[in-house]
Amino acid sequence: MKIQKRHWGLILYLFLLLLPIYWMLNMSLRTNADILSGFALYPSSPTLQNYLKIFTDSSWYSGYINSIIYVTMNTVISLLTALPAAYAFSRYRFIGDKHVFFWLLTNRMAPPAVFLLPFFQLYSTFNLIDTHIAVALSHCLFNVPLAVWILEGFMSGVPREIDETAFIDGYSFPRFFITIFLPLIRAGIGVTAFFCFMFSWVELLLARTLTTTNAKPIAATMTRTVSATGLDWGLLAAAGILTIVPGALVIWFVRNHLAKGFALGRV
Amino acid sequence: MVKWDNNRAWFLVIPVFVIVAFSAIIPLMTVVNYSVQDIFGPGQRYFIGAEWFREVLHDERLHAALWRQFLFSGLVLLIEMPLGVLIALAMPKKGWTASLVLVLLALPLLIPWNVIGTIWIIFTRPDIGLMGAFINQTGIPFDHTASPLDAWITVMLMEVWHWTPLVALLAYAGLRAIPEAYYQAAKIDGASRWAVFWYIQLPKMRGVLTIALLLRFMDSFLIYAEPFVLTGGGPGNSTTFLSIYLVKVAVGQFDLGPAAAFSLVYFLIVLLFCFLFYQALQAVGTGEKG
Repeated sequence: MKIQKRHWGLILYLFLLLLPIYWMLNMSLRTNADILSGFALYPSSPTLQNYLKIFTDSSWYSGYINSIIYVTMNTVISLLTALPAAYAFSRYRFIGDKHVFFWLLTNRMAPPAVFLLPFFQLYSTFNLIDTHIAVALSHCLFNVPLAVWILEGFMSGVPREIDETAFIDGYSFPRFFITIFLPLIRAGIGVTAFFCFMFSWVELLLARTLTTTNAKPIAATMTRTVSATGLDWGLLAAAGILTIVPGALVIWFVRNHLAKGFALGRV
Repeated sequence: MVKWDNNRAWFLVIPVFVIVAFSAIIPLMTVVNYSVQDIFGPGQRYFIGAEWFREVLHDERLHAALWRQFLFSGLVLLIEMPLGVLIALAMPKKGWTASLVLVLLALPLLIPWNVIGTIWIIFTRPDIGLMGAFINQTGIPFDHTASPLDAWITVMLMEVWHWTPLVALLAYAGLRAIPEAYYQAAKIDGASRWAVFWYIQLPKMRGVLTIALLLRFMDSFLIYAEPFVLTGGGPGNSTTFLSIYLVKVAVGQFDLGPAAAFSLVYFLIVLLFCFLFYQALQAVGTGEKG
């Protein structure tokens, strides 16, 4: 394959893109003493002790478990509620549909910092502070609207004739929806789940505010380490690398639909 | 698409409405409540009208943060949009290289936002960071913890690094949607590379680029975790953007009233831009919506 001029630009860009991540990987494979003793482009004596510490110390690995629990809960809630709503927005005209649709978008764009204190109060009232469900519910603020928008985009790509045919054939709505319609938008559901997963996984401000110990996400554990010891670079880097892994695994499965998802289903 | 008229469709929307209302309307009401009250202690609240709003709107530091925020979002968009389009144009069209490039591009988007900050601390530290150490090697002093300009450069670089892939992915999706026939016609007419870009590719990308602009503007306007971890808003207040300032007021000083008034002003600005973009989105007609 002949490499054209424009491809060199792309290769250079990708190189620069991966450089910071490489540097974190490099740090994660070195001990603190090694890191602080001098500058090195690659680890001369690579060690896995940083990773070992994370996997054996419960205050570290429980962070990952907490994150995964509330992210999963959020994804399930978002999908279950968004699927019927997206269908309604895609197929029907009803009173206030456009307004509600826009209102949903404004919540996706709402600054999480604005909701910080009210959320804390709200979930305190219900005695939900430091539970996984509190974080999962709070992330619904931006993930449910996102899910509705993405799914609506995918659903509108399915011709309406399919619904009409099914209803003429005597399918009930739930049966049509589950056995015919859902398989048709499989890709859309996958992409939506991925995006809910991703945005819940990367959000920290709310997750940190609503948790103290039992449901503390990994990203918050990392922040704490920065302030407490300040200099445990190797451990910090290893924890960072591990936060990339789940997303990087999932991304491969949705790679062909990524862009459509980012475009809220509108390409 | 022609839609059926059916008001019973509301029943399908109710779950979403309830769950979002619970996490949006109730908290917003709390914020409105706070913004017009002075709180001395539990049960001791006094209605003081628009007092907090007056105070917030005259807050010099808020003005500074707002101006900084607009400058930041503007600069970021100016860099990210053209760069993203350029990358999309250079991306391979099919085969395993296309998949590989897509996955690599999406990688920064999947990293928790405060980890992004952590990565960039590690990357730009003057003593142990690759970039920081490299720049200092060349003789130019660089330290984002001491110099406001260096801090800005670092935060901008981080933001561009983090989010340009999003613009590239969207532009790429737009390019893929252009039928091959358009290119063939252009070839027959002997159109130049530039003409193809200006008259075919750019207009066809208008829809996705509007979405990219919307998402990028909003997310950069709400930026919090990355600069917070990287610089903590400093040195001085040089990288204190709106969200960081809000959290400082709300959590740091625990001034609930002013923080609530600030929140509402902030939210209204976001709402305004959201509405403008929504209108733009409807106007460009990205296919399905009408």
